[in-house]
Amino acid sequence: MCTLEGRGNVEEWREAARAFLLGGVLPDLICWRTNGETMGLFGVETPFPPPLPEFSSPKVPPDFIKLAGAVICHSDPGRFSLLYRLLFRLMHERRLLDMMSDADVVAARQMAKSVGRDYHKMTAFVRFKELPLPAETAGRRKFIAWFEPDHFIVERAAPFFQRRFNDMDWLIATPKGAASWDGVELKSTSEPAEKPDLKDETDDLWRTYYASIFNPARLKVKAMTSEMPKKYWKNLPEADLIPGLIANAEASVMEMAARAASEPLPFHHRLQEVAASVQHAPSLPVGSHAALKEEASRCTLCDLHCMATQTVFGEGPVDADVMIVGEQPGDQEDLAGKPFVGPAGQLFNDVLKQVGLDRQRLYVTNAVKHFKYEPRGKRRIHQKPNRGEIQQCRWWLKQELDLVKPKLVVAMGATAYFALTDEQHKLADVRSKPMVMQDGQTLFVTVHPSYLLRIPEPEKKAVELLRFREDVESIQRLARSFA
Amino acid sequence: MKKSLKERLAILSDAAKYDASCASSGTTKRNSSASGGLGSTEGAGICHAYAPDGRCISLLKILMTNFCIYDCAYCINRSSSNVERARFTVEEVIWLTLEFYRRNYIEGLFLSSGIIRSSDHTMEEMVRIARELRTTHNFRGYIHLKSIPEASPHLIEEAGLYADRLSINIELPTDTGITQYAPEKRPDNIRRSMGELRLKIEEMSEPTLQTKRRKKFAPAGQSTQMIVGADGANDATILGTSARLYGSYGLKRVYYSAFSPIPDSSKNLPLIKPPLMREHRLYQADWLYRFYGFDIGEITSSSSDGMLDLDLDPKLAWALGHRDRFPVDINRAEREMLLRVPGLGTKTVKAILSARRFSRLRLDDLKRLGVSLKKVQPFVTADGWTPHRLVDRTDLRAMFEPKPEQLSLL
Repeated sequence: MCTLEGRGNVEEWREAARAFLLGGVLPDLICWRTNGETMGLFGVETPFPPPLPEFSSPKVPPDFIKLAGAVICHSDPGRFSLLYRLLFRLMHERRLLDMMSDADVVAARQMAKSVGRDYHKMTAFVRFKELPLPAETAGRRKFIAWFEPDHFIVERAAPFFQRRFNDMDWLIATPKGAASWDGVELKSTSEPAEKPDLKDETDDLWRTYYASIFNPARLKVKAMTSEMPKKYWKNLPEADLIPGLIANAEASVMEMAARAASEPLPFHHRLQEVAASVQHAPSLPVGSHAALKEEASRCTLCDLHCMATQTVFGEGPVDADVMIVGEQPGDQEDLAGKPFVGPAGQLFNDVLKQVGLDRQRLYVTNAVKHFKYEPRGKRRIHQKPNRGEIQQCRWWLKQELDLVKPKLVVAMGATAYFALTDEQHKLADVRSKPMVMQDGQTLFVTVHPSYLLRIPEPEKKAVELLRFREDVESIQRLARSFA
Repeated sequence: MKKSLKERLAILSDAAKYDASCASSGTTKRNSSASGGLGSTEGAGICHAYAPDGRCISLLKILMTNFCIYDCAYCINRSSSNVERARFTVEEVIWLTLEFYRRNYIEGLFLSSGIIRSSDHTMEEMVRIARELRTTHNFRGYIHLKSIPEASPHLIEEAGLYADRLSINIELPTDTGITQYAPEKRPDNIRRSMGELRLKIEEMSEPTLQTKRRKKFAPAGQSTQMIVGADGANDATILGTSARLYGSYGLKRVYYSAFSPIPDSSKNLPLIKPPLMREHRLYQADWLYRFYGFDIGEITSSSSDGMLDLDLDPKLAWALGHRDRFPVDINRAEREMLLRVPGLGTKTVKAILSARRFSRLRLDDLKRLGVSLKKVQPFVTADGWTPHRLVDRTDLRAMFEPKPEQLSLL
């Protein structure tokens, strides 16, 4: 037999267990008991055996130390023998704790879980009441709480309260020990404490809050009691409101329903009048780029606008010689509201820089102005716009072409080519050779930079990147010839 | 006569209760040991009380004022409603937060507001509360601010420096719904605000060049809420919108709030019992999407009208519709497939993967892991167990459906 205090102190068990283990004592031969329990008929304290040579320095995984620290706080009398059994088995089965379906491991983990839950409920349901300082005295404010935990967790939980309630003095008293903090020292004891008799006026405000935040139309009493079991109610200032709130819930919903909607106050009509008199959009010069962009921001020609964040309109000087047309905005463009700012835009910028073409002098836009995608997990996967969407959005592209009147139009990718010409070709057939568009402008076709980003093989990627760069050089030459 | 603080607290918390969000988790870990101040956040949130509606009370959830110039039909505070109006001063909100916190009633503050005068004016006051709590009062608890759409970017930016979480409620899943029920709100503005916030959060989380430190900006991210059952949108539409919001703006949570009758309700809305079961199923589906590798399309495909089955949870409904994928061998199946077995949660799957490295698992082992055998039995094979033709039985569905109940006469 081995007698322990058994109030959550892991050290006393550790010392005893170590001695038994060193002596090679089998788990079944020790009867663990706590001080309070009555002795059995033949209760005799087992002396620690002399250590056996082969058990010189028992080592356990760090997980076990952690587990034992939690299990020892449990109030189940079987916790000591369970832990010793685990310890004993660990000497031969090193990975025992990973065997999640082993009966001893399951039992220990369940105890640890229940201690963890009790700890959590303590952090949630402790209610401090203020102890008013004598009049005219300044100093740290003082608070006292009474709580009744299931297990020996006061010492374990005390540091939590110290970290949280640092600028006030507090004392938490429980039947299983007490803890206190005065700004200098965190003290805890396992001696049972007396329940203090305290009142705090702020409890009244809290009760008001509790009653008002409750929605009587959605009564779910079981959901409440499973998380806030009745055993905690006696120390919660708000809990005695619960029966009344439940009893009146149905009546108050009925009453709410019976009352017909009343007529709004004059306040509301005044607001409505003000709202009606306000001009919706600030007037922008008709036919300007800003006006066009504003109009496009409210575009609902196709369904894409419901999915995307915003219309991403073209940007750049309205007297630019060169207009770059891409496919559609991507994830980053959609959030920022600017074309070509994502990864493909970065690549495009890099190539422009290498070639020495100034992006500030280009008008950059997309064939489709809203981002089309499919949500997958936490990402948006780009989807090609369909013919209908491209054709609807062509109206805006036409407006941009009419306004900017570029001499050279660059189509990047098949979508842009289709949007500009209404023709569908393999990109390879039309790429890299200047063509004349219906309005006499020059059209130059190349790939979309995002295509380059998607090539998996590094060699092919390098080749394609070089080709793209050559295309941009051609664009530069063409642009110079127009200047 | 001016209303007392208590009266106003009653009005302004009553006005805030239709917002479902209550989370106080997921922010950075911090405490007051070094600062000698007040408050801490340690990863997991804490629910300090539960109301009889089953919802947890973690934060002091109040409005700064319930005066509002908007007239959104579903909202208790809309301008045409005759509810009692009140407002707090900045100092009162701070006092309430700190005093409630000291008594361990709450984890922090969740502050929202009706729109008064202008969006910027409202946002400015809210930011002031957060700033003073953090700087003057050294408060390290949790702060959730509702950001007002159309508020200036510099205010949102400042809000993100002091608040753990920012949120904007989209309230209705479709643009047409929003235009119909909230005529003053513009859905594209709400989306743009969310997009800007995501960019800001990403920008701030980049380590700086010199110190390699990341700035703290709304560390618990952003969230939103959708009302369920006020307009005609079906579950597929609602979940589709959620998926879009998660994917587009990196939201941490989308909350679903069963539309519940409000006092002085608008004539345009149904006075119905809140569809609580529907709300519950939506949360389950949301979980499947976020943690179990399901696509929204898969979850909603089994029904013809785009509504989730109210009798069965969505995972079970999916399994019953895809019996060719079962039974699953718990000793060999991959994690992705184990996650699809009704009755196995993420933690159980983790435990199974760990345990089966040491021995072949039997049904008893599953039972010890806390699994409901009744639920998993038809869908798994284990050592010593095959469901034989159980998974093909035509009455399998009936085995899981709730028992028919006699309705009460009155």
